[in-house]
Amino acid sequence: MLGLNGRDTTVFVIVTVLAIMAPFLLNPFPTESGLAQFNAGYPDLMQRFAIFAIFAIGFNILFGLTGYLSFGHAAFLGVGSYAAVWIFKLFTYNVVPAILFSVVIGAIFALAIGFISLRRSGIYFAILTLAFAQMSYALAYSVLSNPKFNLTNGETGLQVYPGDLQMFHNPERVPDLPHLFGLSMRANYELSVGGWDFNFNAGYYLCAAILLLMFYLSMRIFRSPFGMMLRAIKSNQTRMTYTGLNARPYALAAFVISGMYAGLAGGLMAAVDPLTGAERMQWTASGEVVLMTILGGAGTLIGPILGAGFIKYFENIFSKINDSVLHAWFAALPDGLEDFLVAIIYPFIGKGWHLTLGILFMLVVIFLPGGLVEGGQRIGRLFRSRKTRKGETDEATQSTPAE
Amino acid sequence: MAILEVKNVNKRFGGLQALGDVNLSVEENSVHAIIGPNGAGKSTLLNVLIGKLVPDTGSVLFDGQSVLGRKPYEINQMGISRVFQTPEIFGNLTVLENMMIPIFAKRDGAFSMQALGNTMNEKDVIGQAEQMLEDLNMADKRNFNSASMSRGDKRRLEIGMCLAQNPRLLLLDEPTAGMARADTNNTIDLLKQISEEREITIAIIEHDMHVVFSLAQRITVLAQGSPLVEDTPDKIKGHPKVREAYLGESA
Amino acid sequence: MDAILLQILNGLDKGSAYALIALGLTLIFGTLGVVNFAHGALFMIGAFCAVTLQKLLSLSYVVIDETKTDFMGNPLKVEMPYVAKWFGPEIGATIIDWSVPLAILFSIPVMIAIGFAIERGLIKYFYRRPHADQILVTFGLAIVLQEIVKYYFGANPIPTPAPDMFAGSIDIGMLVGFDPNAIVYPSWRLIYFAFAALIIGGVFAFLQFTTFGMVVRAGMADRETVGLLGINIDRRFTIMFGIAAAVAGLAGVMYAPINSPNYHMGMDFLVLSFVVVVVGGMGSLPGAVLAGFLLGILESFASTTWATTTIPGINQVVIYLVAIIVLLARPRGLMGRKGVMED
Repeated sequence: MLGLNGRDTTVFVIVTVLAIMAPFLLNPFPTESGLAQFNAGYPDLMQRFAIFAIFAIGFNILFGLTGYLSFGHAAFLGVGSYAAVWIFKLFTYNVVPAILFSVVIGAIFALAIGFISLRRSGIYFAILTLAFAQMSYALAYSVLSNPKFNLTNGETGLQVYPGDLQMFHNPERVPDLPHLFGLSMRANYELSVGGWDFNFNAGYYLCAAILLLMFYLSMRIFRSPFGMMLRAIKSNQTRMTYTGLNARPYALAAFVISGMYAGLAGGLMAAVDPLTGAERMQWTASGEVVLMTILGGAGTLIGPILGAGFIKYFENIFSKINDSVLHAWFAALPDGLEDFLVAIIYPFIGKGWHLTLGILFMLVVIFLPGGLVEGGQRIGRLFRSRKTRKGETDEATQSTPAE
Repeated sequence: MAILEVKNVNKRFGGLQALGDVNLSVEENSVHAIIGPNGAGKSTLLNVLIGKLVPDTGSVLFDGQSVLGRKPYEINQMGISRVFQTPEIFGNLTVLENMMIPIFAKRDGAFSMQALGNTMNEKDVIGQAEQMLEDLNMADKRNFNSASMSRGDKRRLEIGMCLAQNPRLLLLDEPTAGMARADTNNTIDLLKQISEEREITIAIIEHDMHVVFSLAQRITVLAQGSPLVEDTPDKIKGHPKVREAYLGESA
Repeated sequence: MDAILLQILNGLDKGSAYALIALGLTLIFGTLGVVNFAHGALFMIGAFCAVTLQKLLSLSYVVIDETKTDFMGNPLKVEMPYVAKWFGPEIGATIIDWSVPLAILFSIPVMIAIGFAIERGLIKYFYRRPHADQILVTFGLAIVLQEIVKYYFGANPIPTPAPDMFAGSIDIGMLVGFDPNAIVYPSWRLIYFAFAALIIGGVFAFLQFTTFGMVVRAGMADRETVGLLGINIDRRFTIMFGIAAAVAGLAGVMYAPINSPNYHMGMDFLVLSFVVVVVGGMGSLPGAVLAGFLLGILESFASTTWATTTIPGINQVVIYLVAIIVLLARPRGLMGRKGVMED
């Protein structure tokens, strides 16, 4: 279907169903129940799932296929956001031009930075992209926000003000917020069934639709001759060169494509919430997308989506749990034990989420370089090998081309 | 007719004359071996031929066109393929995918952005790759991860990848270095078969005299950066100058 | 003329910090072949060694001072540091005042121990893994270290003053014959520079004149050959990691009075130190030092009012701009050897 083989079609259908049903699936607990804090089915978080999944899918096209580790992809996300907000400020609140423009700007930035950074590989490349991203951050934070030429509004962040030009915006006919041809991104339909409240949000469904499109594109890229060449770069550049292939434009193309994904993610962030700031470009933000991709499984199709969902979910849940919540959990235990458990867990939750993240990151890199997808495959293989002891050898030696 | 002509090539590294006035011509559809003791300049010469090094003076013509100043991938696109001392293959790809890449490179050139095509629909390319694997007796390994194969199989695959491009000149850099005897003999047989069945010129740099004398129709002996003698294997075998260069005996 | 000298001096303290961090990064990269993204965190931990010692020395108990009363007329409670109790009030106050210099002694064993632990416990398993994995795992480590410090010390900068003696400024201009007040320079910064020069000199002398250093230099040039000679290079590399950690830590200790330590100061310095390493030439120790000072001074010139009014914010990006130009014009950096990371 759609130029995908059977297995990929299945994966795509599953992802589609999950994306459409997300408001139900992420909201398994009744609103009034004590477990409601584990729900993730509210618009803001679901949008973040979709947006960061797009970001990570794009990053995976670069890192997962070519092996070039960029530490500066947040810069493209940041410029994408700025680009979109400027469209809102100058022209219209309609998200279509804003999102398109953010992709274009992402591509232009990626082309410029990639062109220079790709003169080098390995560590040099990682450091160069990092330096460029920090430079972009510094530019956005201070250089480009001076009275003479204020492009980013510095520390305050860029947003739409009442006096802005908004040439084609007519507040009488369309919402005074980002909208898709009149459908406000904040439009939300709440369905209450029993004790459950399900949210169907326009912004989320826009992000999800674009996520599906981007996921489909990445599948096509993975299975294409172009994708094969990108994997060849990761595998052996010497052989590639002496096979008559010019590796650099391939790597640059992958870099620009992933920059466009990042710009798109930035544009969508602005589309669901029309403001942006320089902190989106900081290198810790770049580190986060690296983490998502690796945690999920770099070089696999579904990995980045899993990684993005996993991290954004736990970030949200963990930061909500504070010590009083913990005490409530362990209230049934004897006092001494309760305090002890709370004291042990406390550094890792709430504001300590980043500590957990850092530890997780190290554990994954050390023990599970293939990420969650590899973990799943290992478990799957364990079950299968129990079922079929014989005839397994042949399959075991076969490589599994990128899932 | 000479397919490769090296004329008056000189290359210095600081005070060291790595190549001095090298003249060499390789006849089309022959197997030409370049031998010489360590430090004779074999590797430097090879690196000049494939565009990795640019000589100080002289010219290198392939089929009448200069290769100097061209990038390695451009030289490959002209029709020169290279086999390395340690097999260079795409380690994390399957054997079949390894074989498809050179065919794509031959068909689409150094860069082509077919980001939305599906490799599985490239029936021609797959067909050619499978045919080549058939010829190499590797069809049963098509779905193996190439990194997990034996060194002999890797070598076989690498040679096959070069052949899949239909090169006019195949350069081999000590193709049997570090190989077990059985693998060496297999490689010799494969190369013999190639030179007989296909219209490919083979230039081989080799240490192992067994390999050289089983394959070569002409041999150039390099010593201290310059060609010492060039002749048929029979003549080379007893040549006093060659003995001198190798063994340090006085003639 | 005096203005130029002032800017050069202004650049020296930051330049010293860059040079020290870059030196450690280069030592680790050159010997172990690992890019240590956690190196900035080591710098930060050094600064927090100073904070910790100051806090430890200031540990107090409450006494009631009968001679004074508060506004209610009750006897005043005063905090009495233990050191004051043990050594008498005057010596006690001096010890607290000198806690930053004392922290140098305190930090060396701490940093070396941390360095050993990191190398033996983590880095050594990554020698044979791809560079990307090394970067990622040290990046994770940097986050962990940073968050641990944040958990114990909070997110706000903690002022850690230098001894009173160095709190003032020196009128350097007078010393070299300019008008008074032309070049007034905080004494502690001058000390920082002298200290950095001492450490850099020490590291170079160590590498140059000891057998240990010779082996390490040989290992940097050609690791495999040295390994083949039967020299246990691994143990020496562990020690080198400890030394590099100590250098970063000392740079941090002494930097604490200049900029109040906070948990993310390491990350801020790390990125610039990477740029320094790249500009200096990957794997070149003199290059790292030279580029550190050059870029520090350059940054200081870019921070002058003249520069910032001409191009607003130029001080924030000048280092990156220079790095890009250097890399385009001379990809292997100012003093980089040919063949190191050239592909």
